[in-house]
Amino acid sequence: MTRHTLSVLVEDKPGVLTRVASLFARRAFNINSLAVGPTEVPGMSRMTVVVDADGELIEQITKQLNKLVNVIKIVELTSESSVQRDHILVKVRADAATRLQVTQAADLFRASVVDVSTESVVIEATGHPEKLTALLSVLEPFGIREIVQSGTLAVGRGSRSMSDRALRSA
Amino acid sequence: MSKGSPISPSLMATKSTGAHKAPERVERPADAGVDSAAVSPVLGPNNVVPPTVMTGSQAIVRSLEELGVQDIFGLPGGAILPTYDPLMASKMNHVLVRHEQGAGHAAQGYAMVTGRVGVCIATSGPGATNLVTAIMDAHMDSVPIVAITGQVSSGVIGTDAFQEADIVGITMPITKHSFLVTDPNDIPHVMAEAFHLASTGRPGPVLVDVAKDAQQGQMTFSWPPKIDLPGYRPVVRGHNKQVREAARLISGASKPVLYVGGGVVKAHASAELRELAELTGAPVVTTLMARGVFPDSHPQHVGMPGMHGTVSAVTALQQSDLLITLGARFDDRVTGILKSFAPNAKVIHADIDPAEISKNRTADVPIVGSVKEIIPELTEALRLQFEAFGTPDLTTWWAFLNNLKETYPLGWTEPEDGLSAPQRVIERIGALTGPEAVYVAGVGQHQMWASQFIKYERPHAWLNSGGAGTMGYAVPAAMGAKVGEPDRVVWAIDGDGCFQMTNQELATCAINKIPIKVAIINNSSLGMVRQWQTLFYEGRYSNTDLNTGHDTVRIPDFVKLADAYGCAAFRCERDEDIDATIQKALEINDRPVVIDFVVSPNSMVWPMVPAGVSNDQIQVARNMTPEWEEED
Repeated sequence: MTRHTLSVLVEDKPGVLTRVASLFARRAFNINSLAVGPTEVPGMSRMTVVVDADGELIEQITKQLNKLVNVIKIVELTSESSVQRDHILVKVRADAATRLQVTQAADLFRASVVDVSTESVVIEATGHPEKLTALLSVLEPFGIREIVQSGTLAVGRGSRSMSDRALRSA
Repeated sequence: MSKGSPISPSLMATKSTGAHKAPERVERPADAGVDSAAVSPVLGPNNVVPPTVMTGSQAIVRSLEELGVQDIFGLPGGAILPTYDPLMASKMNHVLVRHEQGAGHAAQGYAMVTGRVGVCIATSGPGATNLVTAIMDAHMDSVPIVAITGQVSSGVIGTDAFQEADIVGITMPITKHSFLVTDPNDIPHVMAEAFHLASTGRPGPVLVDVAKDAQQGQMTFSWPPKIDLPGYRPVVRGHNKQVREAARLISGASKPVLYVGGGVVKAHASAELRELAELTGAPVVTTLMARGVFPDSHPQHVGMPGMHGTVSAVTALQQSDLLITLGARFDDRVTGILKSFAPNAKVIHADIDPAEISKNRTADVPIVGSVKEIIPELTEALRLQFEAFGTPDLTTWWAFLNNLKETYPLGWTEPEDGLSAPQRVIERIGALTGPEAVYVAGVGQHQMWASQFIKYERPHAWLNSGGAGTMGYAVPAAMGAKVGEPDRVVWAIDGDGCFQMTNQELATCAINKIPIKVAIINNSSLGMVRQWQTLFYEGRYSNTDLNTGHDTVRIPDFVKLADAYGCAAFRCERDEDIDATIQKALEINDRPVVIDFVVSPNSMVWPMVPAGVSNDQIQVARNMTPEWEEED
């Protein structure tokens, strides 16, 4: 099974997230992560769906997704041709004795401290999933209290826009 | 620049980046005429209606009228009440059913015989959920229906209001698409979009759920509305290169088979299919959903494939070196164990739904598009191919298949209990009524026998619940078929189990003068389940005895029941009465007829490929597998 990142342009209509999510459930496809939000075009949203699937299955997934009437376009973004980022907020135990070590670790990963209390700090980091995993393993010994993580966001490299092309052909 | 790669070439065509822009084409039923509507995605005559103020419910009725709807099946209730008021004044014929499931199946039967979109209406909550089985059935068998449901007022949606159900959510996996309307101004374009979605591409059910306040509110109606479906662009024309590649494979095949499915019926492409079949000279198998699209009497027809298919059809597929698959989907009831299905065959797969191609069996030559367009293109490409390289010699292939056809014809053994053979009853109904009638089956043994022993010569003559296997389909679907084709004899071939699930629609038929004929093949049991208990559960008949037949308490007594519903009713218990009883039924056309054919519970459906084995293990009778050695 290999990891695939699908960028899915959808109409911003009620229920469209449910349609996508229930399709994955109904066809027994696994979603690794899903992120959704508005785009530069009013009325259109873009979902980034990360799935683990082999070649034939990924083709079947995209075909089934394409059958959803609210789905306008699907593009697979490879790691070479796209920028892919996860966003994470981690609450780490940090008192006067350990705070410096924790913030230094965050610095090494170009993460920033966004909240400090006497017992803990909250660190915000953005990056490729592997980088965030590495950050977490460094923070682990201090005691991780909470992790909140976004789904992967991905955008193709270069000047072209997915929604531009989708609108032209519509 | 973005290097985002499109997922597959076949998808490129559906939602393209602009490189391939097929002309806007809309598939429409053959009888829709060639008026200006041929270029509009809005169904119906596309009359121009200037902006007119009306209520949302009037807009629903008006939209249906403008879309060319003539008949509707439904049952009112609180949340759809506003719409039933203007419906009373409409020219459209509304058939009041006795249960919403009946409305759904009637809409299916109507759509299957006419090719037009079937329409059913129900209220919110239980009214809507009663449609669910029919919607799922239509989804499995790609039947174009539009279901309109009332919903509680938008202000109370989500509060568990009286008769509130999230029907859009419930039906999401079993509809082609669905709409929740809360603004009355959306009604005209939603209705037009619903009909467009239901009837084009791969047909299917579309749900329109309309909140009560949207029905009651004022809006401005104008027609035709603009259809705005940027994500919906079904491919109709097959890719030229793929079609030529298919022709090249066909001309090189020595054991080709045309594997024909229900998509060819839906596309109204039986004439095109016949031309292709006769040019290739290849054997044709018609699946359960395709019975009649190629005439049974045609010498190239080798039967129905699958679990209860003919030996010749099943073996043709198993031994084939090339499957020319047209509007079929490699259903497990056709393939048996997939790994062992047609192991030596290359596969050409033409289907309007790209997601069907290579879903179960990988296609060597995938062709996305309507078979209505692909088949003639393939015929033309093949003609050139044959002119250049000669017509392939299929003599050996035919000698093998003809031998199978002669050695293993369909047949039955007489029951040892002295009761009539159900197969004979069904065979006589077909023989005495003829191929112009419409035959609608329930689900189970009688369905298989009706597929096997009635001779189908034309498409749209055979209706059944294929993918879903919905017991109770026959009576309401026959009712819908009779409304759609009032001049044809319509037989419901039903089982005693199935009949008890939806027979309340006999009241609808009797009161609305819809004179269907119902043959209950009464073996006093859930016959197909009983057959499996006989074969695979040592004859332990757990909960399959229904006590309706010979030597039982006969609850219910089907003759009395039918009589109570205002139908003509007969019972036939002896072979010598079969023909006369059928003739009597054929002579009655002023009310529905129900015949209780009392038959043996011990008859079984043969041939049979037991579940979980290869199609090579087909049995012509219990533990009897054909002799293959003589030819291979």
